[in-house]
Amino acid sequence: MAGRDERPGNTGSRGSRLLGCVALASLVVLGVLAFFLTGPDVRLHPTTGEEFGQFDAVRMLYLHVPMAVLMYASFMLCAAASVGVLVKRTPWWDVMAHSTAEVGTVLCGLVLVTGSIWGRPVWNTWWEWGDVRLMTTLVLFLLFAGYLALRRTTTDPRRQERKAAVVALVAVLDIPLVNRSVAWWENRTLHQRSTLEELKIQDLTLFTLMFGFLTFGLVVWWLTLQRFRVGWLERAAIDHAVGSAIAERRSETSADELDAAIGVTDEQAGEASP
Amino acid sequence: MSEVRRFLADARMVAARDLRIEFRSRVVVGQVVPFALLVLVLFGFALDADHRTLRTFASGLFWVAVLLSALLAVHRSAALEQSDGTMDALRMSGLPPAALFIGKATAVFVQLVLLEVVLLGGLLVLYGVQVVDPALLVVAGLLAGVAVAAAGTLYGALASGLGVRETLLPILLLPVLAPVLIGATRAFDDALGAVAVDGWAWTGLLAVAALIATVVGALAHGVLIED
Amino acid sequence: MTHLGYLMAGWGISLVVLGGYAFRLVRRGRSLSALVPEDRRRWLESSGTDSD
Repeated sequence: MAGRDERPGNTGSRGSRLLGCVALASLVVLGVLAFFLTGPDVRLHPTTGEEFGQFDAVRMLYLHVPMAVLMYASFMLCAAASVGVLVKRTPWWDVMAHSTAEVGTVLCGLVLVTGSIWGRPVWNTWWEWGDVRLMTTLVLFLLFAGYLALRRTTTDPRRQERKAAVVALVAVLDIPLVNRSVAWWENRTLHQRSTLEELKIQDLTLFTLMFGFLTFGLVVWWLTLQRFRVGWLERAAIDHAVGSAIAERRSETSADELDAAIGVTDEQAGEASP
Repeated sequence: MSEVRRFLADARMVAARDLRIEFRSRVVVGQVVPFALLVLVLFGFALDADHRTLRTFASGLFWVAVLLSALLAVHRSAALEQSDGTMDALRMSGLPPAALFIGKATAVFVQLVLLEVVLLGGLLVLYGVQVVDPALLVVAGLLAGVAVAAAGTLYGALASGLGVRETLLPILLLPVLAPVLIGATRAFDDALGAVAVDGWAWTGLLAVAALIATVVGALAHGVLIED
Repeated sequence: MTHLGYLMAGWGISLVVLGGYAFRLVRRGRSLSALVPEDRRRWLESSGTDSD
């Protein structure tokens, strides 16, 4: 990482700090666009002339839809990284899989919450059992909550990186099945296929939505980067703790005494302690 | 050809071992099956002892009872490998992990079928349901059994050796089985004449779920027991 | 503006959760950095020295 500080006592680097600042600024711009510059969704009924639409509730979608898309992207990355874990077994893939899964789960929870809050005024219900995307997202959340629970069962991630990879892949494979089964289960969906198409897509509405994708792309990039560095540090800390514990033990007894005790000759000892 | 035959012989050996242990210890017959019946009775208490209510929800209650009991059966199956260094012995034996998986899943499947038969008896007697389409009932019950047994065996192997198997297994396994629960419930709704749906279409979904669970389980088992 | 309460709740919860998560990550990164020697803290510098 080229622009890194001389002595990183944290997970920041010049690059990631810049990224974080840009992401924060975009969030502010997104808020201004969503709340002040775009208009409410008001349509006139062609025959009766009555007003209908989502009104100001539409402003939730500029948050909800980008988070949902980035949530799926995170889980896709997690699945790809899990394949990497199984194929290559290097720590990079495992830390990546863990990071994307955690960020994706945070987003997934927020997508459910914002969706529910949006659904209350627009669909007149907090929760709709018959909706395919809602139920699929809930199951996805539960699947990855299980994944994170599995990862929390030990402090040393190496012990179960391949188990976790299998769980992530099964979760992603399960999603089409969940989606199809819920679709047939109720055979109807409240999520208008055209939540977006149906809106009067003015230029600014569309732009705000696109800007939302960009913003959350940056936010998720920053979060994943930070989470990756934390994951990397966790591993390094374990290695270092083990290494220094061994060194401490060694220093308690003299090296010769120790080698004699475990029956190592001088030559072997030279090889074993680089 | 002979390799396939050897594979099947290995799987059969493992299945026979698990079933022999079960036959001697009677954990599933003596504890899991009574537990499943108990769940049916508790549903009856909780939902008011009205035959019409119970008949309406019979298939859903049946499959929830099956899933809860399957968790216990899977625990038992995974625990067999934990005692007396069995896992190390199996690793040394050179038995293909996929054969081990198929064998263990088959043993769980046989126990689940037994469980389903007893529960169905409970449904007929306690809830007063009537079977409209026996063929659909049998096929859907068997396919869902395969899916639950395969997924359960996979996650049982995964969660074993973690020390928190009892609590981890349900939250890993139950979300994965959500489509199976939906499909099996809908197929039974049709077979029991409770709701007019196309039960055979749902059976197709169950077949896909069973196939995926078996294939993924057989492929992944080597990874899981290696760690 | 209609539905202001819903909007505030949705945006507020999202920003608070994301902010809290980011804060926790940074704090955890700081405390872990103190435990690890400087040359092992980042992936690029320490690649190859890990256990692969």
